[in-house]
Amino acid sequence: MTHGATSEPASSPPLGKPQPDAPPPPAPGKPVGRVLLGRLADVHSLSLIGVLAVLAIIGAITKPDAFLSTDNLQLILTQASVIGVVTVGVTFVIIGGGIDLSVGAIVALASVWCTTVATQDYGMAGMIFTALIVGLGCGLVNGVLIAYGPMVPFVATLAMLASARGLALQITEGRTQVVSVDAVLDLGGRDAYIFGIPPLVLIFAGVTAIGWVLLNRTTFGRRTVAIGGNPEAARLAGIAVKRQRLMIYALSGLCCGIAAFMLVVLSGSGQNTNGNLYELNAIAAAIIGGTLLSGGRGTIIGSVLGVLVFTTITNLFTLNNLDSAGQQIAQGAIIVAAVLLQRRSAAQQP
Amino acid sequence: MSASSARRFASRRGLLFGGAAASAGVLLAGCTSNDTGDDEEDSQQAPAAEESEGPPVTIGFAGPQADHGWLNAINENARSRAETYADVTLEITEGSNDTATQIGQIETLINSEVDVLVILPADGIALTQIGLTAMRAGIPVINLDRIFDSPQAYRCWIGGDNYGMGLNAGHFIGEQLRDVQNARVVELSGPDNLELTGQRTQGFDDALANYPNIEKVARQAAEFTVESGQEVMSGLLQAQSEFDALWNHDDDQGVGALRAIDQAGRDEFIMVGGAGARSAMDAIQADNSVLKATVLYPPTMAASAIDLARALGQAKGIGGLAEFEIPSSVTLYSAVVTKENVEQYLPTGFN
Repeated sequence: MTHGATSEPASSPPLGKPQPDAPPPPAPGKPVGRVLLGRLADVHSLSLIGVLAVLAIIGAITKPDAFLSTDNLQLILTQASVIGVVTVGVTFVIIGGGIDLSVGAIVALASVWCTTVATQDYGMAGMIFTALIVGLGCGLVNGVLIAYGPMVPFVATLAMLASARGLALQITEGRTQVVSVDAVLDLGGRDAYIFGIPPLVLIFAGVTAIGWVLLNRTTFGRRTVAIGGNPEAARLAGIAVKRQRLMIYALSGLCCGIAAFMLVVLSGSGQNTNGNLYELNAIAAAIIGGTLLSGGRGTIIGSVLGVLVFTTITNLFTLNNLDSAGQQIAQGAIIVAAVLLQRRSAAQQP
Repeated sequence: MSASSARRFASRRGLLFGGAAASAGVLLAGCTSNDTGDDEEDSQQAPAAEESEGPPVTIGFAGPQADHGWLNAINENARSRAETYADVTLEITEGSNDTATQIGQIETLINSEVDVLVILPADGIALTQIGLTAMRAGIPVINLDRIFDSPQAYRCWIGGDNYGMGLNAGHFIGEQLRDVQNARVVELSGPDNLELTGQRTQGFDDALANYPNIEKVARQAAEFTVESGQEVMSGLLQAQSEFDALWNHDDDQGVGALRAIDQAGRDEFIMVGGAGARSAMDAIQADNSVLKATVLYPPTMAASAIDLARALGQAKGIGGLAEFEIPSSVTLYSAVVTKENVEQYLPTGFN
């Protein structure tokens, strides 16, 4: 299923419409609607939708004018989109039984590499190309080290974290690299909205849709679940476990590349501090979304909902002018509460 | 037959992929360059008093890792100032944020018997001991910006004024809004886990207290990064549908804040920055955004620290004062840079 993985860059040019091929081909004998409903209605996602509803009610009560506006919805979705794309990649890694600590550093490296003066000379296409290739390249290095090293994912991606951040610092020398390519800057502005939807949100939606199809409708997805659940059984069943691992980390790297370009559009600059703690936020979002840290189980929709929960909390705190310490405590509490809640409801499932 | 054609296809695909990867690599390698091509001479120095050459002084300089623009400018200022003096030799260590590493580097400088030490500690409290050690070894220490825990650990402290930044930003905003009834002010602060953020906010609040017509309606903390500046500011703009002035603690996060303001299409307020980055000064000079001023936290303090160290090494006072010795403490003024005076400060703006 290399085709599935490599077709993703095609979706990344932000001017692209939402993927027309997003609805999966119906599996024989199963109506699409029921499958989709069945997926959506899984207990983790349901509990997260509940959490989101509670947050929305709190927002509507405390700040009715500011919270319940189109602007604010656009804002929440936009702020969720960068970390959201990273989380989709990380979800594959965790389902495949691995961990990727390097995502924040790869985002930083790709974002500074694609905003150097030399890269900006090539215009928007050059910047997108650079971001994607740097992300993919880092992911491939991770994958080769882990699959063929073989190295423990924790260690290999920790090493990537350190060196990618170091390289990002070396390229920028600590400076903020401001983007001067108008096409890139315009992409983050209001005029670029397509039917009221910011392009970044469309990219996020596209990546989510592709991720969902990849995980649920392709052999790539089934193999990912298989090697995450039981790598030995997967190997005996004839799955090329090493190659699969390599592709999973490459996919995660590619997602970081996409996210890096989105972050450049959002902030109009590249900085070596970009993507700070993304690894923790992405892993936390995947886990509260119901992805098992030990691998073998997880959903893209759950992860995306997890990201939305965190972004909405941040939004609520800012709207109500509460301090950042309380926000961090709330995020920690949400992680614990969500996981405990899921475990309880999962235990009640047959 | 079909198998062999498949293999041939595979190898051709491999070749194509390999070729593409190699050319991508070449292109990317060319893309790391940040050279703008027009290397203008950095004339960062204010006109220095032409002092005659004195006895030679070796100055040891130890600072943290230059992982953001301001610290980078600190190193550059120290280096270029030392080069202007024929009698000064500067021994500069590779910056480190690790306390143990920095202690080791300073010990090395002590052992090589430099005449004066200039230390910008990664963490002032944690490095107090090494300051004391140097002083006891007879090497006077100029403590740059982040202050040691004990006055015995340095001969002279020189640094910026965080409280003063807030004070001056508050006064500037207060004067601008003097005639506005029920004026609303918003503060975008730095990270709350830093003591300096509290000092800046305190100064700002104290200044605003002089203006009864002004109310600070919101304060949110960003992380001194562009990304966090964009994120927090876009939320603040959503929360406050209309206000009159914004103080942003740091010009780096200000790049992100300005981006958020631009994205939201807002321009009903004035914005004041902090620190004095080149990009902020350029925007103030161009006068085409909400950013109208920035309060300095000048990296030129590193150049002044070299001046102090040289004077100390030659047992002189500093020019312009009647004293025979250099002062024990120098707090720099957080000047407000506006369109009117930006020309003068532009060379000190850091990237």
